[in-house]
Amino acid sequence: MDEVTSTAHRAAAVPPPVRRIVLDDQPTVVTPGANGNGNGNGTRTPAVRFAASDTAARERMRVEELTIAYAGRVAVRDVTLPVRQGEVLSLIGPSGCGKTTLLRSLNRLTELTPTATRGGRIALDGQDVDELDVTLLRRRVAMVFQQPNPFPMSIFDNVAYGLREQGTKRPGKRDLAPRVEEALRRAGLWDEVADDLGRPALRLSGGQQQRLCIARALAVEPEVLLLDEPCSALDPRSTQTIEDLIVRLRAEVAVVIVTHNLQQAFRVADHVAFMYLGELVEYGPAADVFGNPRARRTREYVSGSFG
Amino acid sequence: MSAVAPRRKGAKESAATWSVLDRVGLAACWVAGIGLCVVCLAIIGFMFVKGIQYVRPDLLFSRTIASSNEAGSGGYFDPLVGTLLLIVIGIAIALPLGIGIAVWLTEYGRPSGLARLVESGVEVVAGTPSIVLAIFGLAVFQGKLFAFLSFTQQGGGVWGRSFFTAGIMMSLIALPLIVASTREALRSIPNHVREASYALGKTRAATIRRVLLPGARPGIATGATLAMGRIAGDTAIVILLLGGSALTTQGNVPVLNILKGGGSTLTTFVYANSPAGEGNKPDKAYAAAFVLLVIVVALNFGLDLIGGRRGRTAWTK
Ligand SMILES: Nc1ncnc2c1ncn2[C@@H]1O[C@H](COP(=O)(O)OP(=O)(O)O)[C@@H](O)[C@H]1O
Ligand SMILES: [Mg+2]
Repeated sequence: MDEVTSTAHRAAAVPPPVRRIVLDDQPTVVTPGANGNGNGNGTRTPAVRFAASDTAARERMRVEELTIAYAGRVAVRDVTLPVRQGEVLSLIGPSGCGKTTLLRSLNRLTELTPTATRGGRIALDGQDVDELDVTLLRRRVAMVFQQPNPFPMSIFDNVAYGLREQGTKRPGKRDLAPRVEEALRRAGLWDEVADDLGRPALRLSGGQQQRLCIARALAVEPEVLLLDEPCSALDPRSTQTIEDLIVRLRAEVAVVIVTHNLQQAFRVADHVAFMYLGELVEYGPAADVFGNPRARRTREYVSGSFG
Repeated sequence: MSAVAPRRKGAKESAATWSVLDRVGLAACWVAGIGLCVVCLAIIGFMFVKGIQYVRPDLLFSRTIASSNEAGSGGYFDPLVGTLLLIVIGIAIALPLGIGIAVWLTEYGRPSGLARLVESGVEVVAGTPSIVLAIFGLAVFQGKLFAFLSFTQQGGGVWGRSFFTAGIMMSLIALPLIVASTREALRSIPNHVREASYALGKTRAATIRRVLLPGARPGIATGATLAMGRIAGDTAIVILLLGGSALTTQGNVPVLNILKGGGSTLTTFVYANSPAGEGNKPDKAYAAAFVLLVIVVALNFGLDLIGGRRGRTAWTK
């Protein structure tokens, strides 16, 4: 199933392996050592190692030559990007350019789409994400969706959900209360819901629901937080609250936010990646991308909003 | 979307400007709606008035007595217990099975050929007249293999009729309704809700158990209510698989002896006592029909409350 060139561990010079991802099928990378070095004891080493550089200490994730296709139609082509701790990375670009697809690949949610295939490498702290247990990976790389989607349970249980064992209510309320409170505080929702955590989460307003979803994601203490147009269904005031929240969170987690609102990208992002028709056209500090774009496409897109 | 500004009130559009045909159509809609309410009230009122002398609470708790004298034939305790028992047995079997089938169909459904087969199976069961289910059940449960569900006559013939066997066939009536409503409820949960659960590192099983089934609960409750109404209303299975007698017991194990024995339900009671039946105690039949009606209406209201259908906000697709 895997097509890996046997010399792949000489890294960058070699074209990326193309892996077919099949639902319910564990995608793995055959490490070059298995047939080359003859250590043959079945242990697998991370397929991707990145050269240590001065930024490596802060770099949490790295996307290299990432290509994703749906049933053969390429949606993301050959994208290479770093995701760093302590800053907000914003993905911008017109609708359908592959922002969501790229974001979802970071915690392997693309695998849920049976037609999706992927090539290239994604690493979390230097380790290929395909090597990680997917349930652990998704706790380390948490995600907030475009539409608020609290679960049909109480506010407390929503936040506790990710902390509990699969399919159970263990550990119980008493043990989790401090962590639930902390997550709600970090998401700026505590003061509004503290008096009744037993209320059904679906009764909250849209903005509160979205902050609950952020609290739910933060509760598992992720290293990377993915946000896919988190404000597109919200009113301006809730949007403001969430933007403030994102800026505050930046110190603790690496944040990647997809937005088609350029003003918002400008307000919250430190680095901006502009995508167009699946390709990464420009990547750089927000001030440069918005103030002094190098590519003509970026200039045209950005000027539409900042004209 | 979410917030919509209140619409300003202007001059109301008047139906007077409509064409004649449209106005006739509108009037027909009104008549149809109001007419239904009238019919509904008429049914309840008629049953009540006709059977008023026997619509008495004490009769609910007094045993039925075989007698040709209407006043001396006792209450409807036996058929009432029969109806409730069949509802409980039928739902107890159909609910887990139906939910299981619906979850498999919506969340797995592979291989697709098998899924289509299961789907058609459910549809065929839904479309089979209950008298056909009943006679099939009788044939099956009179087999030696199922002797433990009813009683065995002297000489070795298996009777095949009991609350167990009738309840099992009743569950077949309930099953398609529960499958359909559960599927509908699961399908109405948007995919991003499932993905949000996977994105927290949860498995598919955990997602089904903790997110999807609770989310589908109001829909499941609706299906169960409809199913209870169908079970309460069925007559064919009761006549063939329960006997339509007073409660009879088999053996001496409490509860089990009732479940292995025969009995009747309100539907067969109404039939037997109506002018069309043998007993010819029409007033008692009307009274029992009224009780049956009240039970079904109460079921609907009761599950409405438990199911929490009210005041729930759904997700955005
Ligand atoms: N599940 C899917 N199946 C097939 N094609 C898809 C799927 N999801 C997205 N696509 C296609 O991939 C391209 C990129 O989509 P997406 O990543 O959602 O873009 P964006 O988030 O930037 O609007 C689009 O052309 C879209 O039609
Ligand atoms: Mg998108």
